[in-house]
Amino acid sequence: MLVVVCIKQVPDTTQVQIDPVTNTLVREGIPFIVNPYDTHALEEALRLKDRFGCTVAAISMGPPNAEATLKKALALGVDHAILLSDRVFGGADTLATSNVLSAAIRKLHDEVDQVGLVLCGKQTIDGDTAQVGPGIASRLDYRQLTLVDKIVNLDLSGNRIRVSRKLEGRHEIVEAPLPAMLTVVRELNRPRYPKVPMRLAALDAPVTVWNNQTLKLDEQKIGLKGSPTWVSKIFSPERAKGEILGDGYADPEGTASLLIEKLLAKDMLPI
Amino acid sequence: MTPNPTIFSILLAGSLAVFAWGCWKRLSLISLGRPEDRLDNIGIRIGEMLRFAFGQKRVLAKPFGLNHFVIFWSFIILLVANTEFLLHGVFPAISLSKLPDEIYFPLLLILDIVSLMALLAVIIAAGRRIISPPYPEARTPEAFFILTLIGTLMLAYFGINAAKISRLAESMLPLAHMYMPVSSRFAVMVPAASGAAVYAVSWWAHAVALLAFMCYLPNSKHMHILTAIPNCFFRRLEKPNTVPREDFKVGNSFGVATVDRYSWKDLLDSFSCTECGRCQNVCPAGITGKPLNPRAVVHDIKVNLLENGRRLKMNQQPEIPLIGEKGEGSISVEAIWACTTCGACMEACPVFIEQMPKIIQLRRHLVETEAEFPEELLNLFENMEGRSNPWGIAPSERTKWCSQLEVKPFEKNTTEYLLYVGCAGSFDSRSKHVSVAVSQLLDKAGVSWGILGKDEKCCGDSVRRLGNEYVFDKMAQENVALFRERGVKKVITQCPHCFSTLKNDYRQYGLELEVIHHSELLRNLVQDGRLKLDKTTAEMGTTVFHDSCYLGRHNDVYDAPREVIEMATGTAPAEMGRNRGNAFCCGAGGGRMWMEEHTGERINLTRVKEALEEKPDTICVACPYCLTMFEDGLKDVNAGSVRVRDVAEVMAEAILR
Repeated sequence: MLVVVCIKQVPDTTQVQIDPVTNTLVREGIPFIVNPYDTHALEEALRLKDRFGCTVAAISMGPPNAEATLKKALALGVDHAILLSDRVFGGADTLATSNVLSAAIRKLHDEVDQVGLVLCGKQTIDGDTAQVGPGIASRLDYRQLTLVDKIVNLDLSGNRIRVSRKLEGRHEIVEAPLPAMLTVVRELNRPRYPKVPMRLAALDAPVTVWNNQTLKLDEQKIGLKGSPTWVSKIFSPERAKGEILGDGYADPEGTASLLIEKLLAKDMLPI
Repeated sequence: MTPNPTIFSILLAGSLAVFAWGCWKRLSLISLGRPEDRLDNIGIRIGEMLRFAFGQKRVLAKPFGLNHFVIFWSFIILLVANTEFLLHGVFPAISLSKLPDEIYFPLLLILDIVSLMALLAVIIAAGRRIISPPYPEARTPEAFFILTLIGTLMLAYFGINAAKISRLAESMLPLAHMYMPVSSRFAVMVPAASGAAVYAVSWWAHAVALLAFMCYLPNSKHMHILTAIPNCFFRRLEKPNTVPREDFKVGNSFGVATVDRYSWKDLLDSFSCTECGRCQNVCPAGITGKPLNPRAVVHDIKVNLLENGRRLKMNQQPEIPLIGEKGEGSISVEAIWACTTCGACMEACPVFIEQMPKIIQLRRHLVETEAEFPEELLNLFENMEGRSNPWGIAPSERTKWCSQLEVKPFEKNTTEYLLYVGCAGSFDSRSKHVSVAVSQLLDKAGVSWGILGKDEKCCGDSVRRLGNEYVFDKMAQENVALFRERGVKKVITQCPHCFSTLKNDYRQYGLELEVIHHSELLRNLVQDGRLKLDKTTAEMGTTVFHDSCYLGRHNDVYDAPREVIEMATGTAPAEMGRNRGNAFCCGAGGGRMWMEEHTGERINLTRVKEALEEKPDTICVACPYCLTMFEDGLKDVNAGSVRVRDVAEVMAEAILR
């Protein structure tokens, strides 16, 4: 069985600023990281590999420098790393992205092994839409199990999976036939740390690049042209200016009292 | 039974064979270790060997060392008598008495007195081991056996001489009394008639004790008699404050998981340990109840080598794991992570065993090959690699500490000093105050200084001590390239960890920087008259100074911070019970800053309580980690108004307020 993990290279959002003029993210000089939720999807795929001997493929759509993200996946132990990169893929919204990713998964299914599971992070930290995973499931007609915080049971002979979904204030146990697409939350697992011999091997390991000559998708369904979403404005929400209370360094107790009074006045402390 | 050359020759040959086999069996295992060059500066090495092995400089650092000094030198001097004894046993014609009288008689006197001193010393040593052993586990049968052997040798020596004296002509007795005063006392107890019998018994007792000693020596901790002297010769001439680089090539292995991955010197170390326990008596982890004992680490390496040596020689899998919970011969994972790399063990070791690098090598294996480490380190490692600081704060916030100050960037060929602020100085809210104090003092003194600002990266100290050499290697290479590109030559650090890393570790990358700790620079600025202290003195009350391990023990900077405090307050700081080279770690070194401390008492609490014994108003430190550990510790013991201040803050209090 092949487990496909979709990972995305995202700007380190703790370091991102928004250009006030163009309303776009200032990406220059900002380091990229692997989307944090995707690292949990990757970890789960690797655990399935350890347990059941599944083959794991990591795919990512992005510019050529997204190869670094896939190298990290290789260092952690994925069997295949495929970068979906082409100018015509650029500017894609979630619909166009899911078209490209689905096509790639279909190709892996045909050429490598039968796909049993597609794992995605619940959302990316740059777009935060949480739509690409479900989009892939729809396009491939897989069952979709979102917000998974535990794989309760994976029955490979019966071709079924049972998971726990983390919802607000409750958990839901759901069972579905395979193939299925899971989006995962951080509580699912603790990602492993790469071993140095694997890191070194990954430096030389190939990342396969598929462009649209490989995937042969209708250009109207991919990239900017295939993206019906139109972003009118991105902005940082206005935040009221804060206030520095007292001098906590010189008078910690007095400052703490000031804060308590303030919170009491705003009815923000339960008494 | 009189001495019989034939029987004795057979016994001697047998003993020599056992001795040689024992030595070979053990010492040949050393060749399993990896190569390491320890033959540079032979002249200095000989000098160090004379000072520390023959001069016993470090042994004498503790009161009981004098006793060892006596035994050591008795052993050396009595080699003359014992060599004669062995030769005489085989070839009865050989005897010291053939020497001219003017040499022979004084020699007898020396041997007589030295034998008595050795006898007294082993009695004292045995008594000490019974009444107040150096550490509780030191009352081993092995230790008493060897002391008994030495004692027997001495008594037998006197017995032999007493028997000889008892048979002397009356006229010879005054001469005997003069040159063998101790043996003569024993001679009084020997009736002339039984002289021959006493001689024979004593002679054979001496023979058996000597040969038993010979057979036993290479199979016991007393092997150190043979290895300690070369171990001092092969010691690291520079302070062992760093660890060697690793070569990150495909196919290499990383760290140490089997003893043959250690260097030959590491293995020689394990045979040089005499289990005196001085290291374990100063280890902050061990003292506070963690399962780390530096003596046991070295012992376990030896046991592991002895157990696995044969298999390793044949390239087979070792039977006992080096890392594991299997007891003797294995080092537990918790022990490996408990080390604060404070270096107290290495400072205490009389024969220069290097415990700390051995532990870091084990960490390297765990981190790099197994990816197994305490879970709280996962974030640290990722933050260090991704954002080049321990907290994972955005690098763009590195300059927030100086947003209210006018701080200039470091400019090539223009700025004299780079102020390498460090992660704590840049991000830690308490340490930012120190950064401000340092920068204001530098401005006041008119020093030409600048910062790298947002381009500054973490030095990588914690990841290196934690064994994540792969990440350290990348960080070090980036920093070295950055320093070269910016033309940085002189660096001020306010963190001893940055200080030591930039100064010592980066040298391995070919970067020679002139690194100065802020305490040294501030002291110099006052001495040169560039900082004036005539107006006022800092009101700090009673101060006590805590030595940072990476400033003091690892880099020998002890005086500068004390002088800064004295200059600023007018009084020298009080000293804690353990200070300078014996100072007790705050608990944060070696990456322990980023780890939980679950077992035993917290190290920082132990140290805080020790500081409070001096009834200070201000505890002075010279390290951001110590600062954090003391502030936390003081909160835990509710020390009321006692404050913790960096030495720069103390100086700023005197000059700027």
